[in-house]
Amino acid sequence: MMAQLDVRNTIRMGLLAGVVAVSLSMIGMVEAFDQRDVITDVFSLGQLLLFTAPAIVGYMVVQRGKVKAYGPALFGGLIAGVFAALPIFALLILTLIFPNIRAQLVNVSPTLIGILAFGNGQVVGGLLMTAVMGILGLLGAAIYVIPDRIGNPLILGLGWTLLVGVLSEVLLNILRPLLPRAVLRFLFGTKGITFATAVILLILITTGIVWWQEKGREQAKARREAMSSGQQKTRRQVSLGMGLILLFVLPLILGTYLTEVVDNVGLYILMGLGLNIVVGFAGLLDLGYVAFFAIGAYTVGVLTSQGGLGVGHLSFWVALPIAVATSTMAGMLLGVPVLRMRGDYLAIVTLGFGEIIRVLATSDLLKPVIGGAQGVLQIPKPEIFGFTVIQPQHFYYVILAGVFLAIFLSSRLRDARLGRQWMALREDEDVAEAMGIHLVKTKLLAFGIGAAFSGLAGAIFAARLSSIFPHSFNLLISINVLSLIIVGGMGSLPGVVVGALVLVGLPELLREFAEYRLLLYGALLIAMMVTKPEGLWPSPVRRRELRAAEEETAPQIEQVG
Amino acid sequence: MALLEVDNVHAYYGNIHALKGISLTVEEGEIVSLIGGNGAGKTTTLRSISGLLSPREGTITLRGEDLRQYKAHQLVSKGVAMVPEGRGVFARLTVEENLQMGAYHRSDRDGIAKDMRRVYQLFPRLEERKGQVAGTMSGGEQQMLATGRAMMSRPTLLLMDEPSMGLAPVLVEAIFQTIEEINKEGTTILLVEQNAHMALQIANRGYVLQTGEIVLQDSAKSLQQNAMVQKAYLGID
Repeated sequence: MMAQLDVRNTIRMGLLAGVVAVSLSMIGMVEAFDQRDVITDVFSLGQLLLFTAPAIVGYMVVQRGKVKAYGPALFGGLIAGVFAALPIFALLILTLIFPNIRAQLVNVSPTLIGILAFGNGQVVGGLLMTAVMGILGLLGAAIYVIPDRIGNPLILGLGWTLLVGVLSEVLLNILRPLLPRAVLRFLFGTKGITFATAVILLILITTGIVWWQEKGREQAKARREAMSSGQQKTRRQVSLGMGLILLFVLPLILGTYLTEVVDNVGLYILMGLGLNIVVGFAGLLDLGYVAFFAIGAYTVGVLTSQGGLGVGHLSFWVALPIAVATSTMAGMLLGVPVLRMRGDYLAIVTLGFGEIIRVLATSDLLKPVIGGAQGVLQIPKPEIFGFTVIQPQHFYYVILAGVFLAIFLSSRLRDARLGRQWMALREDEDVAEAMGIHLVKTKLLAFGIGAAFSGLAGAIFAARLSSIFPHSFNLLISINVLSLIIVGGMGSLPGVVVGALVLVGLPELLREFAEYRLLLYGALLIAMMVTKPEGLWPSPVRRRELRAAEEETAPQIEQVG
Repeated sequence: MALLEVDNVHAYYGNIHALKGISLTVEEGEIVSLIGGNGAGKTTTLRSISGLLSPREGTITLRGEDLRQYKAHQLVSKGVAMVPEGRGVFARLTVEENLQMGAYHRSDRDGIAKDMRRVYQLFPRLEERKGQVAGTMSGGEQQMLATGRAMMSRPTLLLMDEPSMGLAPVLVEAIFQTIEEINKEGTTILLVEQNAHMALQIANRGYVLQTGEIVLQDSAKSLQQNAMVQKAYLGID
C-alpha cells in the first residue's frame, strides 16, 4: 500500500480544526482560560486551547495517510496548520470590517482579538497566527514521522509537561512549605511554570520513557522474575502499605482548599460506587440516583439539626445508620414499580423519581418538616470521642472510611453469588429467569444497596455543609455520577475512582472550567465513546468484550496469510 | 404416575387465546417431541410449564406436585431446566462462566465440578473454548453451550425450545445425537421443534400442535407414517 497524502482531506481536517478553535473563542472559553499561564509569559491556557488543534490535526492527517516520508508529511502538516488558521483569520478580518460585531457576537471582545492577533493589528496578527499554526501543524506531523520509539515518548512528555503547567497553581500550593523560596521561584513563574521548568520536565520525562522502553522494562521484569514468590508478596505488601500511608497523610500535604476538593471527589466516588452496583453490575439504568443522596442528607439533617426543624437532636453517628437504612428502603421502594421495566423506560421512570424527590423537598407540603426552599439549617458537626469533625481535613477521614467500606463491600458482592446473579441479569433478563434467578429479589437488592451508598454520601454531605437546600440535589448530580462511571469504565471499581478524579477533581482544580463543565463532559464523553468506549480503567468483562470483537475479524486474516 | 402431566391448559396473550386446552404427559426417561408450525403454541406450552407464563386455566404437575404454585426461578431447584429458544447464552461471558451460571443455585462444589467435567465430555468443543466469550462462537456451539448450561442444574426434566433453529444440517445431527445421549444418561426431555423430521427420529412419542390445540398424538414411529404429518411437516406428498 502506497502511503499518500490526501490533500483534500488535509485541507478539510485543517479547516475543521480552525472552526473548532473559532467556536471555542466565540463561546468565551479562550478568553476565560487566558487568565492562567501554562508556561509563564510564553503561553496561556487559552492559547494552549487554540494551539492544540493545529498540532493534533497535523499529526492526524499524516497518521491517517500513513505518510512516513519527511517531505510530504511535513508539507501535509504545514498545510493542515495553515488551513486551521484560516477561520481565525476570517474572524479577525470580520472584526476589522464590522467594528461593532460585538453587538451580535458578545464574546468577540477586544481582549479576545488581542489574544488571536498576538496583540498586533488584525492583518498582521492574522498572518502571524497562520505562521504559528502552520509551524505547529508541521511539528505535529514531525512527531509522527520520527521513529515511534522517540515519537511516542515525546507525545507523553509533552502531555505531562503541559498538565504540570496547567496544574501549576495546585503544585505550588503543595510544594510551598516543602521547598526553599529560591527553588520555587526558579520552578514557578507568576501564573504558571517557568520556561526552564518546562524544558527540564520535557527532557526528563521523554528521556525517562525512552530509557524505560529500551532498558528499564526488561530490567524491572528480570528483577521481578529473579525474586521468589515470597519476596514478590512482600514487595506488593510494601507498595500497598505505602499507598495507604500516602492516603492517610494526604490532607496534611494538600492543605484546606485541596482537601475540600478531594472530599468532594470522595463523595462522588461513594455515589459512583453505589450507582456502579445498579448500572455497572446489574445493568439497570438509573437516572434518578440523586434522590437517595437527598434522602440520606435530609434524614441526617432533620434528625440532628439544632434549628427549628430538628427532630430528636440525635448525634450524627446515630443518625447515620438511620439515613443509610432510609435510603435503602427508598431504593427498594423505587424498585417495586420499575421491576418490569427495561432500558429506556426504566431510565425515564427513575429520572422522574429523582425529580419528584427534589420537587417534594422544595414543596410547601413538606415545608414544616424539611423546610422547603429554605432547607434545613444548623446541622451540627459530628463528634467522636469528644473530638469534633469540623475541618475538611477531618471530614476527609470520614469520607475515606466510607469509600473503603464501599469498595470492600462492592468487591465482595461482585464475587459473591449475588454478583453472579446481577451479572446474569445484566446480560439477559429472560435467560437469567429461565435459569432460576429470582429477578425481583435480585433487582431490589441492587437498587437497595446502590441507594445505601448514596445515602451514606448524602449523610456525610449534610454534616459537612451544616445546612442543606433542595437545589443541591438536582438532576445534574445524577448525570455527573453516571458520566463518571461511563468515563471510568462500567462495572469497574478502580474505574469509578479514576472517573471521579477526572470528571469531578479536574474541573474543581481549574476554576475557569466551572462554567464550561458540561461542555467538557460532553466533549469527553464523545471522545471516550469514539476512542475508548470501555472506559479509562475497564472491568475485565468489558475489556474482553472489545477483544472479542477483534477476534471475530481475525480468522479472515489467517486465511489470507 | 407420569413425570410431567399437563392437563387442559389455557393460556392467553392479552385477548389472544394461545393455548386452547393443551393436555400432554411425559413419562420418566422419555423423549417427547412437540411439533407444529409457526404460532401453533409450542413455545407457549414450554413457557407455561417452566413458569415464565402463567396459564389462565388447567393444571401442570411434576410427579404429582403442582408446578403452578412455583415461580419460574424456583422451578430450577425442582429439577426443571429450560434451554431457551434462540439459544440465549450470556453473550459477553466466557463459556466456563456461562456453565457456572447454570449451577449458580447449587453450593456442592464437588458436584458442580463433576457435572462440569461431564458437560465437557458431552461437548468436547466447549472444553476447547472454555475461555472464549460465548457471543463470538458459532450458532451450533452456542446451542451446545445453552444445553450444557441447562445440564449444570442437574435437571430431571429438560425443556428444549427449537434446538435446531438456524443451524447447519450437520450441526443439527450432532445436537440431536447429544440430546439422545443426555436422555440415555437419565434425563427426561420435552422437545419443541419445527424440524419434525429430526424431532420424531429421536423421540419416543410425539404431539402435533395446531393453532393452540393438540390435533394428533402417537408414538413417534406412527407419527412419521401418518399421512397428515408427512404432508404438513415432513414435506412428503
